[in-house]
Amino acid sequence: MALKTGPVTEQLELFGCIQCGKCTGGCPVARKTALNIRSLIYHMLVEPEMKLDKHPELWDCTCCFTCVERCPKDVRPADLIIELRGQLVEGGRIPETIGAALMGVFRQGNPTGMAREDRAAWADGTEIKAAQEGCEVLYFVGCSPAYDLRVQAVARALVRAFQAAGLDFGTLGTDESCCGNEVRRMGEVGLFEMLAEENAEQFRSVGAKQLVATSPHCFNTFKNEYGLDDADQNPIEVLHYTQLIAKLIEQGRLKFSKEVNKTVTYHDPCFLGKQNHIFDEPRAILDAIPGVKLVEMDRSRERSLCCEGGGGRMWAEGTNLEERLAFQRVQEAAETGAEILAVACPFCLLTLEDAVKVQGLDEQLQVMDIMELVDLAL
Amino acid sequence: MEPKPRIGVYICHCGVNISATVNVKQVAEYAATLPGVAVSRDYLYMCSDPGQGLIQQDIEEYGLNRVVVASCSPRMHEPTFRGAAQQVGLNPYLVEMANIREQCSWVHTDREAATEKAKSLVASVVAKAALLQPLEEREVGVTPGALVIGGGIAGMAAALDVADTGFPVYLVEKSDHLGGRLADLNRTFPTLEPVEELLGPLIERIQTHPNVTVFLTSRVVEVEGYVGNFELAVHSTPVSRSGSDSPHPGPPPSERERGGRGEAEPETSNPEPETHTLSVGSIIIATGYDVFDPHRKPELGYGQYSNVITSLEMERRLAERDLSVDGRTPKHVAFIQCVGSRDVQVGNPYCSRVCCMYTAKQSRLVRDMLPETDVTVFFMDVRTFGKGAEEFFDEARAKGVLYRRGNISEIIRRGDRVVLVGEDTLLARPIEFEADLVVLAVGMEARSDTADLSTLLKLPRSSDGFFLELHPKLRPVDTAVDGVFLAGCCQAPKDIPDTVAQAKAAASSALIPLIRGTVPAESATAVVDEEWCAGCGMCVEVCPFGAPSLDLLWGVSKINPVLCKGCGTCAVTCPSKAIRLQHFTAKQILAQVDALVG
Repeated sequence: MALKTGPVTEQLELFGCIQCGKCTGGCPVARKTALNIRSLIYHMLVEPEMKLDKHPELWDCTCCFTCVERCPKDVRPADLIIELRGQLVEGGRIPETIGAALMGVFRQGNPTGMAREDRAAWADGTEIKAAQEGCEVLYFVGCSPAYDLRVQAVARALVRAFQAAGLDFGTLGTDESCCGNEVRRMGEVGLFEMLAEENAEQFRSVGAKQLVATSPHCFNTFKNEYGLDDADQNPIEVLHYTQLIAKLIEQGRLKFSKEVNKTVTYHDPCFLGKQNHIFDEPRAILDAIPGVKLVEMDRSRERSLCCEGGGGRMWAEGTNLEERLAFQRVQEAAETGAEILAVACPFCLLTLEDAVKVQGLDEQLQVMDIMELVDLAL
Repeated sequence: MEPKPRIGVYICHCGVNISATVNVKQVAEYAATLPGVAVSRDYLYMCSDPGQGLIQQDIEEYGLNRVVVASCSPRMHEPTFRGAAQQVGLNPYLVEMANIREQCSWVHTDREAATEKAKSLVASVVAKAALLQPLEEREVGVTPGALVIGGGIAGMAAALDVADTGFPVYLVEKSDHLGGRLADLNRTFPTLEPVEELLGPLIERIQTHPNVTVFLTSRVVEVEGYVGNFELAVHSTPVSRSGSDSPHPGPPPSERERGGRGEAEPETSNPEPETHTLSVGSIIIATGYDVFDPHRKPELGYGQYSNVITSLEMERRLAERDLSVDGRTPKHVAFIQCVGSRDVQVGNPYCSRVCCMYTAKQSRLVRDMLPETDVTVFFMDVRTFGKGAEEFFDEARAKGVLYRRGNISEIIRRGDRVVLVGEDTLLARPIEFEADLVVLAVGMEARSDTADLSTLLKLPRSSDGFFLELHPKLRPVDTAVDGVFLAGCCQAPKDIPDTVAQAKAAASSALIPLIRGTVPAESATAVVDEEWCAGCGMCVEVCPFGAPSLDLLWGVSKINPVLCKGCGTCAVTCPSKAIRLQHFTAKQILAQVDALVG
């Protein structure tokens, strides 16, 4: 499939690139795949003839956006990959699993393709208010926390914390649809725009002041791409749950009665840390839990190592199945002597937990979401 | 009774620049019909000697009392035509220009429409010319003396030139020593002499010069007045070693190694803080720069790893001849270029100009000191452009410094070493480079107190935060404030040769008013009609030059005609319309508008 370039170089202002190499240099998958974003930009400028479908490494990008964060000329290299993915999507030349995920979102409002009517099953027995009845805080559960059996524990822990804090919150139940963050990163612009429009309208009709998400991926797109803080229409403050929980602890609305005597190390999720610069609130929560001893990995904050769960990678194995970044990451966590590797993202939770099992570290290291730790101490 | 206007109108062909698009003969014929016009001509080059001669002849023959030249932009030839008129006794402010080149023939192609437009333009200027008034040309005396703010190499070089000419110079330095940032360095490129050899003689000359008064641990806290007549207040605090703002404790190496010379003896060492009042004719700003703080790039691990240091810290180590890290000699030393420069992520898009050279310097000195240690420089571009600079860069590589292309993305730890994570763009693959010692080539930034000085002196700054020069090519040491000049890195990053050159240029410019003894003042200034003035003070607030002030006795505003630049801001602000901007009065402008639309 031939490439349409001219507009791409102008639209993405690729001429600004000075080929410094910080993007490829910081790219977590560049080390283990053929993906070289700097070189890709250069090719776009000088020899744009490219058969896109002969480049499966385009699907290796996790959209961690390290390249965007580091670029000294504000070029946004990852946007090029997403644009090229968009062209592949338009041409129908995409990995089967990605196609299936997109179809699932389209048909059932979630990438697993599981039935929409089962979306609220995780909440059985929790007595959560339907947001449509009106609430202060709209809790957006997300597809993974709703459908994945492992991640459902996080949603339930969050609900318990909200209830303990006396928060007036509600969920959309089976009316909730995929946020579209990964859809957009996979290049399916049309589907994303449809989701964004429908979701935004739904959020506004609820009348909530705040929208809080379990996943940093949902948080990212709501905060930066949905325009929910538009002052002309009722502005909605978008938060990741770590921001809200940290605030509730600070205000004294969430109190801990038990101890969790563990050494914990925290892994900064790319969509929360690198991209949205939220590093302190998750740590503040962990610090507040009685008994928790927080240790830092060398690669923390801006240098956190991507777990390889984003950018559609939950539905695409990528071109290198042997070296997984998650393996390296859990080794780094184990080296700190921590007993618990704390995360704040459903994708990190799933990939890092798998890595712990495969690496045989499950005796010494346990992967838990911050909310699961909070839940233990409430 | 004022004499009726007798206006001479001159339409210039400007070769073919105007006449190719505008029918100049037609415009001249049209102009002859305008009210007040006594003579109307067209000519090939009005700015030429014969062209000017035409005006002068007509003034004498026809008794012209107003002149309109329809030609290029006044920015080109207003002084020419004013001068021509003045030579035959006509006040230069009775000459006005209509721009039918840049504003007409150069921007249109339709001959008919352009000609009509030229006619309109001429009509409007003729209407204004009829209302022009002669204005006084003023000169004001100059206080013979200069102030130099900043005792680094720029300040000292500038001060010496002014002092050598015979004028008193006050050198005000914030810290407790002379020499500025240079005093913190070890050796400088491209000559590699020790800094003491460079600074020593300079400081000696400054301290012993009969015309120079040095104020250490002092700052300028108040500035009033205008070019030729500045009144300043300088606040001095007691000299104390521990209060030094050098990045290290104790006197800088250049002073220690001079041995015997000891500390710079300030001319004024007072036990109490003191405020001095000074009067000068010119001011030179030579306040220097700040170094970029690499904590702002957390991915490089500065402050987290002891193996990662800045180039300034490297200078100290080279001076002390101690490059050990945690007690061990480094085997692999790496330099990372462009830290805090050429980087929009930290708000510094500019290149800091000196880092390629100082890294070539430091890297080759490391190779000299530790021949068994390998040295690698990670760069994006190498900019060694000055005299002898490329050869200097060649020398560094000849001594075994390896240059690898790729800006390092992040630094992580591995044991007691660090790993530079990046891409070698020439190999086109990611690399992990282990090093014992990493030097970040940090760039220059505008000093954090630049805003204060900017406010004090009303000096504009460019978007990068450094002081703004009046024109980047033609007026590189002047500022928007007459009588205030710039020298050195406070204007933009530069190396020592360029700094000294600019300092000497600033001294030269600062000497002009001092040597002349007088300065011209703008004639087209604003004037307050005191009957209408309500004393509200709004003009005082909006004036960028501090020209108006409220006379508390009479309750009206008075505008200092020497400070006034004729910008008109006060005139449009005045709610009582009490302020008239000479040469641009409301009547004149409205007459122009009427001529254009009427």
